[in-house]
Parts: sequence; C-alpha cells; structure tokens
Amino acid sequence: MYVEAKRGKSRELWKFHGGLHLPEHKDISLTRPAQQTSLPKRLVLPLHQHIGVPAQPLIEVGQHVLKGQKIADASTPVTAPLHAPTSGTVVEIGDHPIPHPSGLPGQCIVIEPDGRDEWSELPLPITDYLSADTKTLRERIRESGIVGMGGATFPSAVKLNPGKPIKTLIINGAECEPYITCDDRLMQDDPQRVMAGVRILQHMLQSEECLIAIEDNKSEAILALHNLVQDDEPIEVIRIPTLYPSGGEKQLIRILTGREVPSSGLPAQVDVICHNVATAAAIADAVLEGKPLISRLVTITGEGIREPGNFQAMIGTPASELIAQAGGYQNNPQQLIMGGPMMGFDLATDAIPITKGSNCLLCPTSEELPRPEAAQACIRCGRCADVCPANLLPQQMYWYSRAKDLEKVQDYNLFDCIECGCCSHVCPSHIPLVQYYRFAKHESWAQEQERRESEHAKQRHDARVARLERLEAARKARLRKKKEALDKKPPAKKAAKPEATDKESKQAAIEAAMKRAAEKKAKQQAQPKNTENLTPDQQAKIEAVEQRRKATQESTPEHETEQQS
Amino acid sequence: MEFQTHSSPHTSRPNRVDKVMLQVVMALIPGTIALVFYFGWGVLLNVILAVASATAFEALVMKLRKRPVLPPLFDLSAVVTALLFAVAIPPLLPWWLVVLGMAFAIIMVKQMYGGLGYNPFNPAMAAYVLLLISYPVEMTSWLPPQLLVEQSLSLGEILSFKFAGTLPVDLTLDAITMATPLDEMRTKLDLNQMISEIRTSPLWGDFGGQGWEWVGNWFLMGGIWMVYKRTITWQIPLAFLTGLVGMATLFWLFDPESFPFPLFHVFSGGAILGAFFIATDPVTASTTRAGQLIYGAAIGVLVYIIRTWGGYPDAVAFAVLLMNMAAPTIDYYTRPRVYGHGGAKNG
Repeated sequence: MYVEAKRGKSRELWKFHGGLHLPEHKDISLTRPAQQTSLPKRLVLPLHQHIGVPAQPLIEVGQHVLKGQKIADASTPVTAPLHAPTSGTVVEIGDHPIPHPSGLPGQCIVIEPDGRDEWSELPLPITDYLSADTKTLRERIRESGIVGMGGATFPSAVKLNPGKPIKTLIINGAECEPYITCDDRLMQDDPQRVMAGVRILQHMLQSEECLIAIEDNKSEAILALHNLVQDDEPIEVIRIPTLYPSGGEKQLIRILTGREVPSSGLPAQVDVICHNVATAAAIADAVLEGKPLISRLVTITGEGIREPGNFQAMIGTPASELIAQAGGYQNNPQQLIMGGPMMGFDLATDAIPITKGSNCLLCPTSEELPRPEAAQACIRCGRCADVCPANLLPQQMYWYSRAKDLEKVQDYNLFDCIECGCCSHVCPSHIPLVQYYRFAKHESWAQEQERRESEHAKQRHDARVARLERLEAARKARLRKKKEALDKKPPAKKAAKPEATDKESKQAAIEAAMKRAAEKKAKQQAQPKNTENLTPDQQAKIEAVEQRRKATQESTPEHETEQQS
Repeated sequence: MEFQTHSSPHTSRPNRVDKVMLQVVMALIPGTIALVFYFGWGVLLNVILAVASATAFEALVMKLRKRPVLPPLFDLSAVVTALLFAVAIPPLLPWWLVVLGMAFAIIMVKQMYGGLGYNPFNPAMAAYVLLLISYPVEMTSWLPPQLLVEQSLSLGEILSFKFAGTLPVDLTLDAITMATPLDEMRTKLDLNQMISEIRTSPLWGDFGGQGWEWVGNWFLMGGIWMVYKRTITWQIPLAFLTGLVGMATLFWLFDPESFPFPLFHVFSGGAILGAFFIATDPVTASTTRAGQLIYGAAIGVLVYIIRTWGGYPDAVAFAVLLMNMAAPTIDYYTRPRVYGHGGAKNG
C-alpha cells in the first residue's frame, strides 16, 4: 500500500495482522478547541504515576510550595520527579484513591492552592538546543518529570538513552482508540509546540528519519503538522489507515517500518524509538522554557457529559472537578472510564486525580456502551484470532487460562498479548477474554516469584547438606589419623609418662583456650557492627557463615585436646 | 459520584452466538425447501420431528444438570443440529429413528461432553452414522425425486407410514423407494458397467441425480451467503471441495468410464451440505485458518476415498467424524507466527 507523503514521495506502509474498524465517536469532543480550566480547590498528586520506582516527597506537610517546584523525586535511574502544579500549601501526604485498575489507594501529596499561581525559579531555557549536548537535554527532560503521555508513562529520559544508534524515530499521533481526541486537539491547536519537541527529539537521537504517524481520520492535524515540516529536515508526516490498534507501539512500528519488535524486547532492538505527540510537546516546554510537566490535555467525553471537550488540566485535578468544568453529568451515567473504551479501565469513583498518563475520562450512558451480557461457552469460531493484532490464538489461550494451565498459555505466547481488547469485542459468546489473559499473566508472575523463592531455599538447603557432609568427612579423616598415630606409638612409652605432666599440660591447654576466647571477645566488641539494615539475602549469607564458624570452633579445641592427650 | 466497575473493553459487542446460529438456519432454508419440493412432505416432517425432539432433549438435560433451561434453547445450536440431521436422512425414515438420532446427538454427543462448545464430534453426523450403521436398510431407502414418479405419496400416506409403518394396500416399500444416485452409481460400477451406460437411465440430470443436483445448488447458495456474511470462513468449504474435486479429477482423467466426472461428486450426496454446513461447525472443526485448509481438504479427500472404495455410498459423515478427531492435532501444528517471533522483515 502506497500513501502520499511529503513532497509527493510515496512511502510503503506495512500491515499488522487483524485489527478492527470501530465506531469512532471522536466528533463528540472535537467540536471546540481545548479549554483552560480554573484552579481546582485541591490537587492530589500520586507519588507513583509513572513506570519505575515511586518518587519520595521532598517537602513536609504545612510547607508552602511554588508552581513548578520539585516536590518529590527518587535517586534510582527509572523514576520521574513530581512538581507542584500551582503555588499553595502542602496539607497532607497520605493514601488517596488513585486512577489504577486495582482500585487500591496510593500515596499522594495533597496541595491546597493559594490562588496566586506563583512560579518558582525555573531552570534556564535551552533555546539553542542544537549546540547543547544530549546529556544536558536528557537531564533536563528527567528533571522536568516527563513520562510517556500516551498512557504508558515510562520515563522519557530513560527511553532517550538507547545506547545505540537509532534509525527511525516515530512520533505517535495515531490516537486509534475511539472517543479520545486530546492528541488530535493538541496537534491542531498547538502544532508549533509539537514540532519543536519533535525537532529536539530528532536532534537528541540523530535518527536517520523521523516519522510522525497520524491516522487518516485526522486530516486537520495531519495538515497542521505537515505545513510546519521544512524541506531540509528528515521529518515526515505519515498518514496511516485508521485501524485499531494502529497506535499500539508494536503495531505502529510494523506499519511504518515493516520491522517487528522481538517478543519481550524493546523497540530500540529494531533501531526504533517511539514517542507520543503530547510527550514531544512537554519536552519542548521543558527544554525551551524550563517548564516541568505540571498539566496535560484531557478529553472529557461520552453521552453522560453535558459539554464534552478537551481540557488543559493540572496534574492532580480531581476528575469530579474536571467533569464539573465540562458541564457536569447528564443522562444518569453508570460508568466512568479512565482512557478509551477498548483499553481504559473503570473507575469506582470520580474522586481520583488526573495523572500524567490520563488522556481521557469517558462517561458513557448505559445505552451508549451497554454492559456485555453473561458469557456463553466458546464455540471456537476463531473470530478472535482473525482480529488479534499480535496474531495470537485467543480461543486457545482462553481454553488454557480457564483450565489454569499456565505453562500451556505461555506456550501460546500469552505474554505477547497487548490487551487491546479486539478479541473480547468480536467474541459472539461475550467472553471477557482479556480478563482471562490478565488473570493468567498475574498467576504466571506469582508462580514465577514462588518458583524463584523455592529455588533459593533449595540452594540454601543443598549448600547446608554439602557443608555438613564435608565436616563429617573431615572429622572421620581426623579420627582415622589419630587412630593410626595411636597404633604406631609403642605402648610402653605411654605408661612411663608421669601423671603430673599430663595434668599440667591439661591445665595449660585450658588456660590457653580461655585466653584465646577472651581475645576474640575483645576483638568482636571492638569491631563496628555492619549487620544492621541488611537485605534478607545478606542476612541469609551471614547466618550461613556464622554456622560454619560455629562448626569450626566446635571442632578445633576437640582437635587440640585429641593431639595433646 | 460512585460507579460500577467492569473489565475492558467497554464496547457494545456486535456478534452473538444466537445470531450466528440463526444465520445458519436461514442459510439452510432454500436447500430445505428444495428438498421438500423434490422429495415430498416427509422431509418437512423430519425437520419438525428433529427440531422438536432436539429441543426437548436439550431442555431435559439442562434440567437434569440443574442449569438454566432457556439460554441453551435460545442459542439455537440444538435447532441447527436438528436441521442438519433432518436434511441428511431419508424422507420416509420412521419417526422413532429420528427421535433416537436426536437423543443420541443431543444427550450423548453434545451434552455428555459439557454442552455447546465442548463436544469433540459433530452431533448431527454422529447421530447419522449411528443410525446408518444400526439401521442400514431404513437409512438408505430414499424416495425417488417427484419428477420421476407418476403418483407421489400424499401427506396422510406419509404420516401413516412414518408413525404406524403402514403403506397403501397396493404399494410395497421396495416399489416406492430407490437408492440414492451415489448408491446407484456404485452398485452399477460394481457390476462392471460403463459410466456412459449407467448415465442413460432417466435418473440422471446434468451433473448428479435428477432433483439431487438442484438441492445441492440451493444449499450452495445458502453456503455462499454464509461466507459473504462471515458466518463461516471460506477456508473449509473451499478446501473441502478442492480436495474432493482434485481427487475426482485425477481418477476421472485416468479412466473416465470407471470413475465419475468431478462435478458428479460435488452435486451428489452430502458434498455441498457437508462442505458449507457440516464441516464448518466451528466447535468440532480446526480453529486456525491454516488448519482449516488442511482439515477441509482432508475431509474432501476422505469423502472421495470412502465413496469410491469404502463400504458406504456416501461418506461425508464418516469423513467429518474422522477429521474431528484430528482437529486438535491440526490446530497444534498450524499455530500462526506471533508478532515478534522471528520471520518478519526486521532489518
């Protein structure tokens, strides 16, 4: 398939297996440009809104913070700092409901805005980024708390350090999920910002080509970005066919390059790196203005919302407040989805905050997106396999997941499932297939963990048995030696020895042993103790050594007395 | 505000099992009407008897299994089984054989393995084979197409034969029934007759037997409609017919006087019905698309082999049941290449 691209050149596109044409429902929220939102009454900032290690608070309750001030961070490589979205007072650090499929609460910093929206001192803009080295730029991106804003929330700075040359940089503007329009709106309303970010990324990675991929249902966005591309840069805007899930990283790489990311591998292995358009815009803010990631565009849509649209929301804004800004609820909605209808997850409450990865709040009525009927038996029709973008056999995986035959499900490549939901969507028996795969994945992880633990325990046990055998063998060898020595000694000599010497030598030996023990004790007390705050692993090793030491201590004096007697 | 939660995806589902089954039922209607037209009311009585008894047995088993009775009735799977069985059996088959066949299909072959989706064998075909082996005379006594007889049996006469086993005084069973074209062809070939000789009988139409070939055509139309509606995939029917025609062509070219020409095989017996409606039963067929090609082709080849050298005139039921056994193995060896597992361009 050839698609018209920049300067009339044709670019060959590839196809991924399966996929679905879904009703788009995008016009609901596209009617007007993105809206600014008023300052919320409270901001709830989860410490863990990215992949990696949770950030640790850098501030205390009661402290006043300024807009853009770093309020949490961690020192590990894969993490992202958190910044105050506005000026105000930290009123609480504690557990609150967060947008997570589990519905479990997470630790959050709660800020009460003071209304002044006063900026802290920001790092200097790097306007001449072409002469800045990539390390400086990467550090800036890290310090600005930027994560993948398409929903994956992987720290962008880490992704920008592939450690190898990259051939193709892909900017993902596909936005293939129905209903969601925030990336489309961003590209239409703010193409300069997106383009600036794309150029920074292109400069940092020095890739041969940079492809901005947009589904062909977003003509205005395609045009807006295409008009900004200059002839002398290796950037192209590519119109890709609208087919869910073309925006999935693996699928997009396949569409544009024909390459496939190896199973459980990374895009960099096929010389590709993908970034979302919103991430590119955030990177432009961070580099060119020194602004950290403190707000994002969120689509608020569905027939349960009075005035659907896109809203520039501060990170931490409660969903309820944002929905109120979109006119509030209507038509008695029964469901609130974070994300799109295919991969989004249901929220139990609207008292959760917007995070860096929240692209959409979808509030459908029960007629709009009815709950599926009760599942029936699988009739093995194979429609799921026809639509699977990973070319899996969902019907077989379902069969084995249901039987809890985890080995077999993995044999059918369970872990290549991207949970896009295509199989569940087409299933005539309305089986919640994705749910079964999630279950099987979690069970497999749990089993793997258990297996690792028992492996460890077994190793320890084997080591212990081996050690005891070694000691036993050594003891036997000594006994044998002693017996041999005794047999060689002429019996007459032993009888001639006076009894007093025997007693004396015994006394001397006891004294010597006591002296040694005292010395040892003193030495031990003098030594600084480094045995606190140990990992269970280290603790186990120490215990093993201790046991060994004890065993040697027990045998040594015995050995000496034997020799002396 | 509080909300209910549920697992993704949250879309309204476009497909339903009962819709799929209903499409199969609809696709069977033209062929069934053609059967009634050519072979009389007996066919319709078989349909009614089979559907009623299959539904009753399904309900009975659900009751015994202490499960909700209605959902499995509304999924129409029992109706499809009954219809496939009813159009495969002779029109004058005594009523109790129809009921026996359905009892075996629904209770033994389907429900005892766990109901819809769990049965390894095609219920309609298993029932057909059971009756064919146990009651070979009844199962091979077909009526001649009504085009060939001067006076056909009335509805009342058919009813009295089916339910009481009595015929009008001046008729005997032998007088009113005849062998199917496939049977006829085999018997004559076994008597060392030439095909050109055999085909001089008025029984024969353009491709297969008079009437029979037209029934095949109507089933073919229903089948093509199902492929168009994506009720079934094209792989199994195409591979089935290719396998059958391929074998037939090979031997026909070798000796056209001893081996009937390929289209005779397609439009005789249960070939079309088997290719589009029976071998495509998703529960018992191969589920991978590549596997379906192998599965379908193997059934086609087996049908030819059994028809030509086996002990029974038609072979669709045997071939389907044999390949039902092979389906899991075929599936295992025809798994598609998963994304990211080698073989792609990658470079």
